[in-house]
Amino acid sequence: MTYEKRFDGRDFDETRETKVEIGIIPRADGSAKFTFGNTKAIATIYGPRLLHPQHHQDPEKAKLRCNYDMLSFSVSERKKPGPSRRSTEVSHVIENALSSVVQLESFPGTAVDLEIEVIQADASTRCAGINAASLALAHAGIPMTDLISSVSVGCIGNKICIDLRKEEEDYEEDDEKMATDIPMAFSTRTGKMTLLQLDGKIKPKMLKEAIDAGFKACLKINEIQKKALRALKLKE
Amino acid sequence: MEGKKEIKDEKEKISKKEDEKIEKIARDMVIPGETIVSGEDYLPGEGTMREGKKIISTRLGLVEYINRLVKVIPVSGVYIPRRGNNVIGKITDINFNGWQVDISAPYSAFLSTKECFFPRMIRDPEEFLSIGDMITAKVYSIKRKGIDLTMQDRGLHKIEGGMTITINPNKVPRVIGKEGSMVNMIKLETGCNITVGQNGIIWIKGESIDTELFAKDAVLLIAEKAHVEGLTGIVQEFLEKRKKGLKKETLEKKEEN
Repeated sequence: MTYEKRFDGRDFDETRETKVEIGIIPRADGSAKFTFGNTKAIATIYGPRLLHPQHHQDPEKAKLRCNYDMLSFSVSERKKPGPSRRSTEVSHVIENALSSVVQLESFPGTAVDLEIEVIQADASTRCAGINAASLALAHAGIPMTDLISSVSVGCIGNKICIDLRKEEEDYEEDDEKMATDIPMAFSTRTGKMTLLQLDGKIKPKMLKEAIDAGFKACLKINEIQKKALRALKLKE
Repeated sequence: MEGKKEIKDEKEKISKKEDEKIEKIARDMVIPGETIVSGEDYLPGEGTMREGKKIISTRLGLVEYINRLVKVIPVSGVYIPRRGNNVIGKITDINFNGWQVDISAPYSAFLSTKECFFPRMIRDPEEFLSIGDMITAKVYSIKRKGIDLTMQDRGLHKIEGGMTITINPNKVPRVIGKEGSMVNMIKLETGCNITVGQNGIIWIKGESIDTELFAKDAVLLIAEKAHVEGLTGIVQEFLEKRKKGLKKETLEKKEEN
């Protein structure tokens, strides 16, 4: 038996319902919330601001400091609060995914602090985090060459599915894990990839297909992001 | 090799298609990475960059054309100091030769004792300005190490009395208006003295708290509706309405007494 129909009846190239809110945290310089179905992430930007201690300062460019965290009630089994091995890795990956489009040279010697909190987790939290972070950076008025859009592509059996849920991620056949999760992020204007991770097994040919499918999904997400940012003018 | 060439040709075709004329109207909202204009008729200004034939926005803001120059007026972001800006700051620390000032910028600002009219009788800088005092100052140099401020100019002084409010520094030009028209209107209507710092801190001093609050509400209204066209009319209407209300209130109070 193969995975023929998705658990929630979506098309294979369809993302979950996405929702965007911008400027939800008034004290921050920029903030955004991005929702993929049950996955919700809030990103806030503080800065550019003074960087202390001084020996961490870079005289050529600003430093993007990213901190990704999942709240203890975001998953079904309580997550121990505080940094973990996983969260430090994800923070690093997100930082690298974003820093290629952010023009950090504009603010030498300063720090831009990015905090990503996942308030509800149902797989592909880092993708929701990146989408929210890119919106928050734009909202904070930090110069960027493009917006980053991110999506996780799954490969179950020989089917490519966009935006996996936790249920699909854990899909098993004959006690064998079938799903492969590939989070990816693109700078959609240039088509350049800024993040690609792979968790599981996949054939090289399938990976190429997955990347193409991911890019198409990212274009759609990019439209949603742009729409949300344009709506800011009407709000103000 | 030939196969590669074909792919290249196709890519060029696609890029040519993309090169078709795009031209945003002035005051349109643009998003980082969005093409503002294509073609070589325009020059990229602040908040934009050139990539190939296109001019691309790097910030979230509104498009503006100044002759051939394309600019993006940002709608958000922290204050980035420029030489010659008048700012309002708060003393955070005292050195033997000057003060450290917080001007809500990403760099630290320093005011030297040589850069202000410092009475000779006073030996200790603390007697002139102490921690927590607010001042109006001018940015006179921006170095790698930080910002240097000066108080040796007309109208720069220590702030005494009144209240300070903070707005987004990107909205300061709207509060000031064309050649100070907006702020002058508020000054005239409320009778308050208003000093606007380029860093978004505004000092209001009036005869009574009521008039100060009146001026504060007017400034906040401008900050809230900064991107609405015909703002002068809205503010004028607000000022007149409020003024009538104030007169009534004072009359009622007198009657009660």
